[in-house]
Amino acid sequence: MKVVLRNPRREVEVDGPLRVQVLLDRLGLNREAHLVVRNATLVPGDEVLDDGDVVEIRPVISGGSGS
Amino acid sequence: MKCRVCRGPAVIDLPRHNANFCGPHLIEHCRRQVVKAIDDHRMLEPEERVLVAVSGGKDSLALWDLLTELGYAADGLYLGLGIGDYSAASGDTARAFAADRGLKLREIDLRAEFGYDVPTAAAATRRVPCSSCGLSKRHLFDRAALDDGYAVVATGHNLDDEAAVLFGNTLRWDVEYLARQLPVLPARDGFPRKVKPLVRLSERETAAYCIVRGIDYLVEECPMAAGNRHLGYKEALNAVEQRSPGTKAAFYLGFLERMAPRLVEESAAAQGGLASCATCGAPTTGTVCAFCRLVETAAAHDPVPVELVRPGRPGRRAS
Repeated sequence: MKVVLRNPRREVEVDGPLRVQVLLDRLGLNREAHLVVRNATLVPGDEVLDDGDVVEIRPVISGGSGS
Repeated sequence: MKCRVCRGPAVIDLPRHNANFCGPHLIEHCRRQVVKAIDDHRMLEPEERVLVAVSGGKDSLALWDLLTELGYAADGLYLGLGIGDYSAASGDTARAFAADRGLKLREIDLRAEFGYDVPTAAAATRRVPCSSCGLSKRHLFDRAALDDGYAVVATGHNLDDEAAVLFGNTLRWDVEYLARQLPVLPARDGFPRKVKPLVRLSERETAAYCIVRGIDYLVEECPMAAGNRHLGYKEALNAVEQRSPGTKAAFYLGFLERMAPRLVEESAAAQGGLASCATCGAPTTGTVCAFCRLVETAAAHDPVPVELVRPGRPGRRAS
């Protein structure tokens, strides 16, 4: 499957099928800091992703002064 | 996974709440958390005019959407910070959101109205970009609210933001800052009331809310913020959260419930007496306020493109 990562934008190919949580673990990404979107729809951690899917892993952490 | 409420297919799992939600019930969950924050901390009255600080990111757009959906009369204010392509894209995003919904968006451009931008201010002051950015936002949102008759300024600070700031203040035992780290700052001495209605929602929840609601927010992060200390604190807290869901909420909401009340005297002592800025009239502890001093320094500096300011460093030029 094609996995699109952001900030900076890049793409990686990952073999499926595999669960969302396994994909995040394999890429070393924290569940708390990311959402996974397939075909413009959010998918939860136990969703199985297949080889034909295009998946976006969207970071949710914002920076700034925090003031 | 099934939605905890309707047993339909879930779109998100929230370990902190030991719950999964479908799209409609995620929206309901977010609204409920915002209503609870507003009620618990007496943030807003039903008829009050609210000025929302809008950046084009997920939190400010989710906040504007939530307040509008809850029936509040909320207008937006966008600040043009002059951070290259990032500011251009964030402004477009905020304008599109407002136009699609028929909402009123005011704009202030730092370069056009005050003769500086954030990259230039960072270079001129030799401080991190977030310093002049935060100072500019606080001053201009306060002033706009008072000038235009808004009772309150609402910002999109979420649970992760507040937990990270609390973490930093605690690591340094900065009691004065700890005493002021509240979701509501009452109006006083020339300051409008300031509220943070998203403090019960994590960043993951506000981002998910935007996706489910079809809100097109700017996903790209500010290039000036990369590598700053605040982001480091968030990473540290998320590492703990992944192992122990609920830790961030227990840390911050527990602080509000059990520690903040013990700091009330400290907070009152820290407020002290304020004079009026000799230049703009804003409240200040000195003769001229920090914002007017920043304008004087930054506007006198040659413009510095964003590419020449190293993020997370004190305004040094890249070699």
